[in-house]
Amino acid sequence: MTTTDPAATHATSTSTSASTSASATSTSASRGVTLVLLYVLAIAIALALSAALIAITGGPWRKVLTALLDGSFRRPGRWGDTLAESAPLLVVALGAIVSTRAGLVNIGQEGQLAVGAATATYVATHGGGPLVLLFALVAGVVGGAVWAGIAALLRYWRRVPEVITTLLLVFVASQGTGYLLTRTFLLLDDDPNKPNRVQTSAQVDADTRIGFIRVFGNEFPWSVVLAVVLAVVVAVMLSRSTWGFKLSVLGRNPRTAQRIGVPVVLAGAAALMISGAFAGLAGAAMLAAGTANYRYTPGFANNIGWEGLLVALVARNRPLVCIPVALVFGALRTGSGFLAATGVERSIVDVVRSLLVLALLVPPAVAAIQRRRVSPPPAPVATDEPVVAVAR
Amino acid sequence: MIAVLGVVLASAASAVGDVLSSEAMYQSAMRFAIVLAFAAAGEWVAERAGTLNISIEAMMIGGAYASAVAFGAFDIVPLALLVGVLAGVVVALVQAHLSHQLSIDQFVVGLTLNLFVLGLALFLDSKWEAVTSVVKPTRLPVLHDIPVVGEALFGQPWPMYLIVPVVPLAWWLVFRTRWGLEIRSVGDNPQSADVSGIHVNRRRRESIMVAGAFAGLGGGVLVLGQISIAGYESGHVGLKGIIAIAAVIFGGWTLRGTLMGCVLFGYFFALQQTLPVLGYRINAQLAASLPYLVALLVTAVFATRTRQPRALAQPFVRGLT
Repeated sequence: MTTTDPAATHATSTSTSASTSASATSTSASRGVTLVLLYVLAIAIALALSAALIAITGGPWRKVLTALLDGSFRRPGRWGDTLAESAPLLVVALGAIVSTRAGLVNIGQEGQLAVGAATATYVATHGGGPLVLLFALVAGVVGGAVWAGIAALLRYWRRVPEVITTLLLVFVASQGTGYLLTRTFLLLDDDPNKPNRVQTSAQVDADTRIGFIRVFGNEFPWSVVLAVVLAVVVAVMLSRSTWGFKLSVLGRNPRTAQRIGVPVVLAGAAALMISGAFAGLAGAAMLAAGTANYRYTPGFANNIGWEGLLVALVARNRPLVCIPVALVFGALRTGSGFLAATGVERSIVDVVRSLLVLALLVPPAVAAIQRRRVSPPPAPVATDEPVVAVAR
Repeated sequence: MIAVLGVVLASAASAVGDVLSSEAMYQSAMRFAIVLAFAAAGEWVAERAGTLNISIEAMMIGGAYASAVAFGAFDIVPLALLVGVLAGVVVALVQAHLSHQLSIDQFVVGLTLNLFVLGLALFLDSKWEAVTSVVKPTRLPVLHDIPVVGEALFGQPWPMYLIVPVVPLAWWLVFRTRWGLEIRSVGDNPQSADVSGIHVNRRRRESIMVAGAFAGLGGGVLVLGQISIAGYESGHVGLKGIIAIAAVIFGGWTLRGTLMGCVLFGYFFALQQTLPVLGYRINAQLAASLPYLVALLVTAVFATRTRQPRALAQPFVRGLT
């Protein structure tokens, strides 16, 4: 009996179907091996290119590697810093996953994070009371959500691609929050004994600061724990809840989503705003965890938004995979601080990071193409009905 | 009350009058508009093929840095511009093959490329700093004596004039060649284009190459043609590629409209530079974000009023509809 004829396989006994499934698992296993090999190859190429780039510009690439490791994990107290640095990356990435799941491309996290941090600073410096930390975090969430909401509004009301608007809003956000720092009734520190002339906000009070956890001589804010919990929550919500299901239907086929009763506009706008809310929360948590010495400063976001987005890309939009990826990206950030001794500019880290991301995009795409080539589309099932009946 | 309002209105009117009669304003606006127009013309070709390349930004940055370095090394402007074009095409090659051969999401590729090229230029610039000297304006005889706008239109450094052949070239490619016909069909209905024997993704890749060449040239002109710029600096391009995309949307995917969009955005970029010179105090942050705010506003108004290529930003995989 041949298994090539689809009509024959369709009507055969369990023995054939068992054998076909066995062959299917063997090919999928070989595909898995190919995928792993492709990943190893891609990472190797990216790292080799980075090393070559350092070598060409006259830098010692071995020293760069050891400096990165020293700065991120090996020196005492460094892995606590790395954890602290990874937390906002993880939170931003989780938000990016939510909007991507709904088929929307939010790439304005950098701006949403800045706005969230600014609104949190406003609440923290103008408010008081025992719950001020909570209010500040909520303000960050609201700020980020509103900023993403502008893009959502333009997307669904005027059909402007959200790719463009979120990007343009990044620039507007950095200028807008910069304006807030020029007026004392908004964010500018009105303390006459300011340490320097850079325009910054006032330092937030002790009750607006996130506590630190100390383990083995390392310390990190408990927002790290919050970020991991959020990752689990997002993972469960996306894969196990009705909301998550509706979101992925919306992302895969908006027309189908509409037919099964998903409110396309509301669900899409909500996804975009949730994604902004995560970025805003990351900004607020950064402020409360001591980034820039508990002050809002120009350039506060410091690429966390962009890098968080890259974390989501590398993790291929799986929330739990984001945790280790965010850790690696956080390590690159803390490690880059130790590069000064090697004489290599720390911007090399930007190059290495995006090169890695580019390389990691390729293997799954190649695997997908192979899968398409190996298995041809299913042939129509042959029936005894006359063609006319089908046409009717 | 009315008097105050009257004074405010009068001063605003005099500001507008000053801006409209300022030669420097026209010159500056023209330069920004031309740089935008290179990228926008390229992006227009690519969007007619149904692709939306946010990596146009990366192509401009690559072109700008490569041109500046090449000029520093050889001191020959045409050669430097050529190197800029090559850099733009290299970025376009990566974008095209990752997104329209391996079918990776084009925005994901574009974003990563933007960050990669920005970081690469920043890193290389710390080693090989690219310093360019100023290209002298080429004044066309008689014409540049036209009052107010003469200097802006006919007194620019010569690389700026390259826009004069580039725009008709883009138009000719899209509307007067077989290739252009295929580009447009691929952008509007890739399925039927595929059935009629057009290699959809190859045409799209080629359209991105054209965008890369034009945007790379635009980046080169940005560093070599501007009077006030002496070398590559990070943030020079500063989302001008994205503004160029906004210009295409503003223009309703027509070339003429796209150019009008470039002039509009060029005007607002120039406003930021010129208003302080004319003695008007304007909030610095507002002035800096003005072109971006206008881009948001303008795309919001014009995105729905016009007919975009039907398959814009939709990847083509055979067998999927």
